[in-house]
This record gives sequence, C-alpha cells and structure tokens, in this order.
Amino acid sequence: MFKTQNNKAWFLVLPVLLLVGFSAILPLMTVVNYAFNDTFGNNAFFWVGLEWFREVIRSERMHDALQRQLIFSAIILAIEIPLGIAIALTLPKRGVWASLTLVLLALPLLIPWNVVGTIWQLFTRIDIGLLGSTLAALGVDFNLGRDAIDAWATLIVMDVWHWTSLVTLLCYAGLQSIPEAYYQAGRIDQASRWAVFRYIELPKMQGVLLIAVLLRFMDSFMIYTEPFVVTGGGPGSTTTFLSVDLVKMAIGQFDLGPAAAFSLMYFLVILLISWVFYTVMTNLDQEKEEVPE
Amino acid sequence: MTTIDPTFAKATSPRRSRDNTKLHKAMSRGMLILYILFLLVPIYWLVNMSFKTNTEILSGVSLLPQDFTWHNYGVIFSDSTWYMGYVNSLIYVLLNTLISVTVALPAAYAFSRYSFMGDKHLFFWLLTNRMAPAAVFALPFFQLYSSVGLFDTHIAVALAHCLFNIPLAVWILEGFMRGVPKEVDETAYIDGHSFGGFFLKIFMPLIASGIGVAAFFCFMFSWVDLLISRTLTSVNVKTIGVAMTRTSSATGLDYGVLAAAGVLTIIPGALVIWFVRNYIAKGFALGRV
Repeated sequence: MFKTQNNKAWFLVLPVLLLVGFSAILPLMTVVNYAFNDTFGNNAFFWVGLEWFREVIRSERMHDALQRQLIFSAIILAIEIPLGIAIALTLPKRGVWASLTLVLLALPLLIPWNVVGTIWQLFTRIDIGLLGSTLAALGVDFNLGRDAIDAWATLIVMDVWHWTSLVTLLCYAGLQSIPEAYYQAGRIDQASRWAVFRYIELPKMQGVLLIAVLLRFMDSFMIYTEPFVVTGGGPGSTTTFLSVDLVKMAIGQFDLGPAAAFSLMYFLVILLISWVFYTVMTNLDQEKEEVPE
Repeated sequence: MTTIDPTFAKATSPRRSRDNTKLHKAMSRGMLILYILFLLVPIYWLVNMSFKTNTEILSGVSLLPQDFTWHNYGVIFSDSTWYMGYVNSLIYVLLNTLISVTVALPAAYAFSRYSFMGDKHLFFWLLTNRMAPAAVFALPFFQLYSSVGLFDTHIAVALAHCLFNIPLAVWILEGFMRGVPKEVDETAYIDGHSFGGFFLKIFMPLIASGIGVAAFFCFMFSWVDLLISRTLTSVNVKTIGVAMTRTSSATGLDYGVLAAAGVLTIIPGALVIWFVRNYIAKGFALGRV
C-alpha cells in the first residue's frame, strides 16, 4: 500500500511510545547501571567497567546454563517443527470438523504457563499421575525429581504438548492460502504425495514456517515458568535454563551486577533474533502485496 | 483457468494409486486423532482429579472419580485467598487489555497509513519488546514500581504487561488495518468526516474482528504470565498464579483444590476460543500470515 508521508502521525504513536518507553527503557537503564557499577548498599555506586561482563563470560555456571539452553531449544525445534508440519497436513480443509480440530489444537496454547506446569506435574507423579503410574506399572523407573534424563524428557514432552499446536496452526494458515489449481496441476502430472509436499506445499509454507521457527526458538530460549513449576531447575541444576538461572541470580541471591551484565548479553541475542524476524516479516508483507490473493 | 473433467481424471488414475490415497487418508486421520488424544489426556487428568476427594487421589489411580465431589470447587469459591486470586488476576488482565488496545489503535493506524520519520525503527523497537525475556525485566520492574509507590497494586502489573502486550496489539491491528483499502479513508474525508468521527464510526467497525483478536491475545498473554505478576505483587494483590504455586501449607498440598484451580484458569480461554478460531494463527504471528 502506498503510504502518505506525514510526520504528524507521530502524535498517534505518542501514547504507545510513552507507555512502552516507561515499561521498557526505564527498567533497561537500571539494568545498564547495575551492569557497569558495584554497590555496597545505600545507593552508593562506583564504576567497575566491564568487570561483571568478564565475570559472567568466564563463569562456569553461565556456560553450563547456556549449553543446556541451546540443547533444549535445538531439541524443541527438531521435534516440534516436523511434527507441527505433519499434523498440519492431516487437518481437514474446511467444515465443522476443521473448526473443531482447530479449537482442540489451540487449547494448550491458552492455558496459563504455571498451570501447564501443574498439569504435567500432576500427570507424571508416580503415585497419583496417570502417566507416572502407567510407567511405573510398566516397570520403568521414572522419577523426575531424582533422574536428570527423566526431568529433561518430561520438560520436552511438556513443551511439545504445549507449543506444537502453534507450529501446526501457522502451517495450516499457510496451506490454506494454496489455490486448488496448484493441486490439480500436481494431479495432472501424477505427482507423488512427497512431490506435492516438496514442490507445492513447502515453498508456499516457507514464510509461515520461518515465523514458526523464530517464535519457537525465542520462546523456548526464554522458557521460565514451566521448568520452575515442574522441576524447579533440578535435580541439581540439570534443568536450570538461562531464565531460571537469571531469576535465581537476580531475585534469589540479589547478585545484581552479574545478573545485569548477563541480562544485557541475553538481550543482545534476543535483539539479533528480533531483527531476523523483522526482516522475514517485511519480506512476507512485500510478497503479499506483489501477489494479491 | 479450465477445470479438469472429474471423470477423465478418475479414468486416468490407476486403481492402485487410488487405494494408496485411501490408505493415506486413513493414516493421516489416525495420526491426527492420536495427536489430539495426546493433547487432551493431561487436561482430562486435571479435570478428573478436580472432582475427586483428596483421600481418593492419594489412595491410587482411577480413571473416573469413584466418589464424585464438588468439594474442591466449593473450597475455591468460599476461601477468599483462592477466589480473590481470580478476581485480582482478572482485574489487572482486563485493565491491561483495555490500556493496550486503546493506545494501540491510533498507533496501528499511523503505521498502516502514513510513513513518518523513524517509523520503521519504531516498529522494530516495538517488536523487540514483544520478544524481550520477562526474566530480564523482573527485577528492574520490581525496583521501578517500588520507587514510584505502585508495588503490589493492580495497575503496576497492568502497566508492566504493557511491555509486551502493546507491541503485540500494534502489530496485530496493523496487520488487520492494512487489509482495509485506503480509499475508504479518503472517501470519508471527502464526505466531510473529521478524523475522530471517521475513526470511531467508520473505521473501527470495519476492523472489529481485528480489535477482538487483539484484545483476545492481550488478555491471553497477560493471563498466562506468572513471573512478572508474581514479582510485582505480594499481600494485597495476590494473583491466582501465586495462589497455585505456594506449594506448602499447614495441611500439606491439597491436590484436589489445586486441580480445580487449574481447571478454572483454563475456562476463560476455552470460552472465547471458538470466536477467534480462524484468527489464532494470525494473532500468534503478530498479524501476519
């Protein structure tokens, strides 16, 4: 769409700028302040330069948390993206059944994150949970409070349960935009199911799929509430991901300097991914304008 | 575009491939049903537990409540620490939804209709706030709202959630507004409508579904948050999330009540989801798709 040049539009944006600025910029400034200063209390600060950053970058604890976080996000993407696509391909195209399945699929997305944790905590308990007791009856020694692998498996299955639907819904929206004529052309060529997927459906889903990958990466990279409720970061610190560690450091131990330095670095990663996301979005918008539906 | 004569298409496709597609259909149907079962079983377990007495829960696993009871829900509706948790959460969530959508509407209009100095940077900056990890902001929020005397109030949580909900609302609304042709605006101005009159009487009804979707997503993301609401509240505004995570009490953990509380938090989303079912993907993808 052609947009009129008009700087007065700033007045329309001003309320948003003030409100988001208040909740984003002011807090971020305190973070920056803590990141470069040390304090002995009484609001007396002195400059320590990059000391905190050095400490965080060198700290073993941070490396471990980052490593766990990257492995977790990688596993999440490796499971949820293919599974999400596969489920999207099986959805009915239209009608009451399509609507009903959409609603059922979206249900986990709307549950408060701490309740997601509670649901899985109750579900996997050996004594009172359906899954836990079934596993116990099958002779599996399942204990997520003691065994790191069990804790990881629970968190991964929980995240798959919680978020795969997001990938599915996005892919489904992409699939819906493919004109029937494309499939007809495929049938004339006697294309195999795989060829239809590879050369018709996948290219058309590319945009939404990128959004799905980025959203899933971001959200799994920041995951806090679910591990906090289900495992509390344990056993030991085997499920202490970046956010869990950060909150422990900042609010639990009140190590403001390292926590702030850590926050800033965390934020830079997020900024980078946001930029990729933004580029994808604007490209998608342009494509849409060139090919009106 | 010519369409293929269906009889011709049928005649040319060999029988084997038709059997294949049938098998394929059955398989994909089966997979979908399995997946939906996987989604529903944990929720079923929560609902199941919420109708059991505590003794039954602790005495072993049963697929249906043997001793069906409303007692757990009764506890929540009669104990003020529980039901006030819902009231408190609803207050800040609704406040936040109202603020977010109200300020996002004119901004989204500006982004969809005008180009102005720094518009792209601003739009990008908004996105980064939607993506910002709540863990980074938890402590600074605590200090900010304590220093302005808003700690432990509804408005503090509502304002803090604006951090990610206003950007979300702006992006979603912009996505819907770009679908309305600009000629609509121009015709209205020629007809002598003022900007305010046009916006309220003509434009807003046109994007009513967009406003509904934006409000739904603001509600949802404010409702699902635990970290920020827990950090910004203590005694006066105890949220439902906090009520559910205080794991130890004098009598130990009451699983039945915990399950009932969980079921009650799912209900608001489940009630409205039918109305936004066709826009869920669009909402999560920030108005794109």
